[in-house]
Amino acid sequence: MDFSLFLPNMVKLWTKYWHIFLLEGLKNTLILTCISVALGTVLGALVAMAKMSKSKIIRFLISIYIEVIRGTPILLQLYVFYFVLPNVFTFMKLSPFMWVSIALCVNSAAYVSEVIRSGIQAVDKGQAEAARSLGLSEKQTMMKIILPQAVRNILPALGNEFIMMLKETSLASTFFLGDLMTSYQIVKGATMLTLEPMTIIAIIYLCMTFPLSKIVERFEKKMANPNSYRKHKKLNKAK
Amino acid sequence: MEIIKTVDLHKSFGDLHVLVGVNETIHKGEVVSIIGPSGGGKSTFLRCLNLLEKPEQGQIFFNGQDITDKNVNIDIHRQKMGMVFQQFNVFPHLTVAENITLAPKLLKGMSEADANAMAKDLLARVGLLDKYDEMPNNLSGGQKQRLAIVRAMAMEPEVMLFDEPTSALDPEMVGEVLDVIKELVKTGMTCVIVTHEMRFAEEVSDRVLFIADGNILEQGTPAEVFHNPKHPRLQDFLKKVL
Repeated sequence: MDFSLFLPNMVKLWTKYWHIFLLEGLKNTLILTCISVALGTVLGALVAMAKMSKSKIIRFLISIYIEVIRGTPILLQLYVFYFVLPNVFTFMKLSPFMWVSIALCVNSAAYVSEVIRSGIQAVDKGQAEAARSLGLSEKQTMMKIILPQAVRNILPALGNEFIMMLKETSLASTFFLGDLMTSYQIVKGATMLTLEPMTIIAIIYLCMTFPLSKIVERFEKKMANPNSYRKHKKLNKAK
Repeated sequence: MEIIKTVDLHKSFGDLHVLVGVNETIHKGEVVSIIGPSGGGKSTFLRCLNLLEKPEQGQIFFNGQDITDKNVNIDIHRQKMGMVFQQFNVFPHLTVAENITLAPKLLKGMSEADANAMAKDLLARVGLLDKYDEMPNNLSGGQKQRLAIVRAMAMEPEVMLFDEPTSALDPEMVGEVLDVIKELVKTGMTCVIVTHEMRFAEEVSDRVLFIADGNILEQGTPAEVFHNPKHPRLQDFLKKVL
């Protein structure tokens, strides 16, 4: 293989197609990621609550959902949402982009729910006992004692989930939905070049994931330090 | 006057029958210590009193009200039963003061100013006033346990339950916690104390219960229990610990 043209080609590609990479590909990747993480988190919180519900039937149904999502490839799930469900729910006039977004949400919610549930259950049992012994109700105990402590277990893990999702949206390119990976396919088709557009999108992905993972890392360190509660308090007082 | 009465209390964990029909009455103003071998059921008995453990059979009366009744809102009764745990269980995300004021503000509708004043007063009583704005993680074990005691007292309970309050402490911190409990006893507070500190139990108690094999095998004044034990299990136990 001749690499002498690699850098000149990269420059040429970037000047000619940067808008496809950034304004099309990156934009859609970010939209998909944000939708699936935001809705996935809300949905995941609800699923986590259902998983800890007192009703055995609800717990059973939820664990089936979680096991199915975590036990099957995400690409397979996307196929189901892209090819099967639109034909089942014909009354729902959704674009393929929406169906894939929903699939990513449903996938993300299963993982997020486990993150939230384990974050809550990692809070020492004695905390709930102390709160209940003071007379706090189950709900008050959850809101005032358990969740504020669980958040520090949950937030860093959610950051990692965000990074995972950012990468997994690339599967949307299977259906040519205009994400960053799709923009690689477009540019490859137009120029017959592979390595150069591949390198470009790899750099773009890394430009997002690397800072994000550094932020999550710092966050984890901060959360692991028990005295971080204090800074938070001081901020509150300054208000 | 009776404050807590248990009738035929049974509790099992799986195959393990931990409480086997415990009948006991605790009177207002009484200080009752519970001693006995590990796994004998003393902590379980104490935790049943405010229903942190739910007995399978039997009744618990608190001020004449059967709190094992399904229609009873246990949260209301728990407000009047303070509890202190072996592992302190102070709330790490709240300041020392907030640990104390949380429940009175939330459950009694106490104003911020009143609650803070009360927290200052309570902290001063246990020598922690200078820790008012600290986070609990900056406290020693003994300080955490003193905080846990005043946190429970802030709800102005009618009875205090202590579940091995000094067992998780370094030896040099046991004294400061026991002193706080002694002060509390002087105020006439009804106390039920599960403890391994025999000398302390002898000193503060009106009555000592010896629990082993899931029931109260012997009870009496400290003098009777410690110096004239009758049940062979108690004689055996005291020989090992004293």
